[in-house]
Amino acid sequence: MQKYNPSDEVDFVVIGSGAAGGVMARQLSQAGFSVVVLEQGGWGAFGHEQDYSKDELSNRYPAEVDKLISDPSMQRNTFRRNASEKATPGGHNYGCVVGGGTVTYGASSWRHLPWEFNEASTFGTLAGTGIADWPVSYEEMERYYTMAEWELGISGERVDTPFMAPMSKPYPLPPQPIKSSGALAKLAAAKLGLTVVPNVAAIITEPYKGRGACINCGMCSGYGCQTKSRSSSAVALLPEAVATGKCEIRANAYVREISVDRSGKVTGAIYLDKTANNREVFQKAKVVVLSANGTETPRLLLMSKSARFANGLANSSGVVGKYLMSGNGGGANALFDHPLNEYKGCVTGAAVLDFVPNDVKTRGFYGGGRMTARGFTSPIAYGLGGVHGAPTWGAGYKKALIEQANRKMSISNFISQMPVETNCVDLDPDVKDAWGLPAMRITSTSHPNDFKAMEFFRDKSVEILKAAGAREVWADTISDSRGGAHSRGTCRMGNDPKTSVVNKFHRAHDVPNLFVVDGSSFVTGGRNHPTMTISALAFRAAEHLAAAAKTGDVKI
Amino acid sequence: MSEDSRRQFLIQSMTGVSTAWLAASWPQIAAAAESSWGAYSGATTQFAFFTPAQGAVVEAMAAQIIPTTDTPGAREAQVIGFIDTALMTFATGQQAAVKAGLEELSRRVSAMGAASFAALGNAQQIAMLTDIQTTPFFRAIRDLTVMGMFAAPQHGGNFNKVGWKLIDFDDSLNFHTPFGSYDV
Repeated sequence: MQKYNPSDEVDFVVIGSGAAGGVMARQLSQAGFSVVVLEQGGWGAFGHEQDYSKDELSNRYPAEVDKLISDPSMQRNTFRRNASEKATPGGHNYGCVVGGGTVTYGASSWRHLPWEFNEASTFGTLAGTGIADWPVSYEEMERYYTMAEWELGISGERVDTPFMAPMSKPYPLPPQPIKSSGALAKLAAAKLGLTVVPNVAAIITEPYKGRGACINCGMCSGYGCQTKSRSSSAVALLPEAVATGKCEIRANAYVREISVDRSGKVTGAIYLDKTANNREVFQKAKVVVLSANGTETPRLLLMSKSARFANGLANSSGVVGKYLMSGNGGGANALFDHPLNEYKGCVTGAAVLDFVPNDVKTRGFYGGGRMTARGFTSPIAYGLGGVHGAPTWGAGYKKALIEQANRKMSISNFISQMPVETNCVDLDPDVKDAWGLPAMRITSTSHPNDFKAMEFFRDKSVEILKAAGAREVWADTISDSRGGAHSRGTCRMGNDPKTSVVNKFHRAHDVPNLFVVDGSSFVTGGRNHPTMTISALAFRAAEHLAAAAKTGDVKI
Repeated sequence: MSEDSRRQFLIQSMTGVSTAWLAASWPQIAAAAESSWGAYSGATTQFAFFTPAQGAVVEAMAAQIIPTTDTPGAREAQVIGFIDTALMTFATGQQAAVKAGLEELSRRVSAMGAASFAALGNAQQIAMLTDIQTTPFFRAIRDLTVMGMFAAPQHGGNFNKVGWKLIDFDDSLNFHTPFGSYDV
């Protein structure tokens, strides 16, 4: 791998190596620019993925070097429901390894539908929310979705339905098995007149670009993929960035500040080298690309205070960290008479799409959701909390463990969450993380509209599971979001520098050479399946940025 | 299999594990391997965390949490060895609660005039555990018993994969459709 000295002024520093950072690193280095990627997490099994462990206990209690996901006891964060509460320790976490969240995610890869880019002008807004149109349209995004799907390797079925985005090209790979949960959802859908399609996933089902097809091992979401079939940034993008000879990835590099000069341009990033006693290193760069995820990105901007940017970098609007959308979920569960063996294969086999669109008049709430059929579990998780309506120990517990084994299915919903200005990420005034930096504080209460949505999807899930012939059905308790890996919206895109953080090319309105590219750019949240749109946005951002950089002026 | 060859087998199967916490915990793991063999064979046990008397109490508790019925339970899965290792590795944070809980349990048992929890009758054991089931101590032992039942066997429990067999979990990690009864 190419190495740079921190004192070498590289063309780009990219902070974060996940769904967006990986795309930026690959596209910019392939365009001939020098790139240093700074990743807070460790290497994982980058380059030797066959060593990923499917050992559930070790996955639950990984050694520091094996961690793939941030640890709230180290990457401390706090949570409160509203500004009048004192925040208490939170459990928010996110992918934290070379490749970011894509190394362990469930891999759902749904496009936004065309109207998800302009919901305000299509359906109107809603009081108490910041619903607005994006400064990009689906028509403009379509080719970048296609690019992302083909460059990464996405499996799925192009279905002609108003519930899926129109595609100029089919998915490069056929869909994964729909599993028993999907088959049961189909059975119910036939009775109820619903549309069920196979999941769209960043998991390859046939050999693709030198990687092998998924072997349906089952230890999927939450685990590294040892066959490299999950099309993560770490296997589908970063190796190609490194292969250009222009890109260096530095793991264990925890950025604490993006530096600026007197003219207000960024000059690089200061990071703690976790492999060298947290020694501070300043990496000089002409341009900084911030792709640290929807919660760490605003935190870093808020930590990057200076005389010129007293409110935090790129925050003249005061919008950095606001309009946080982590997404809501919940649904229902059921037991069936015969084994489904949902532990085999990927997490989600199929999705019910009918309630993706807005239908405020009929349903009484704004937004929608994607319903997924699943039942994924693993032995320890099942033993600890998986049996329903039984004691937690003793003969009755054991009997239920045996009787219910592999017979459970769930409908898990991915539901829109309204952008609300007071839902935010900021810096906790008291709590520090394990490195002495201000802990992230999350403040969030969903809009009352979102509770109506959750109730609708809960009831619909019960209806579907009953129609599928379940022996017993029970609903999840409605619970409001507390953060999590799907967080987005915190550096929203827009044409007006007073109400948004980045412009339509992802350049910070306030800074000529700072680009913010990740879920934080979202204006509205979609249906809580953000990753494919993050990837497509990054392909688009990289194309514009590379073209501008070639002219010597990135102020686009 | 002789005791020596069985122990050798356990050691070999554990060295195949790549995770660093296991490597770092090697002495404890080795001790746990001996203890789990001991529990299985009835030979003198050597625990890393428990005294032999405490080990017998916790093993009796585990045997109530997942009892032996017409199918194997926690005892056959040798979860006691797993729990002992756990308390020296990833569950060190629960050592204090477990120690305190064992002392309290011992006081209660003495007050009943019994020699040890393990010596109580089945109904008495269940009654006593029901009494303490909301304590951090019981919760810790309950969760560690379940983990020991269902974690990969190289961690000391789930002996002969009896836990996985109980819930019909196939660990071959390479499946073809149909996966389940309803696949189409």
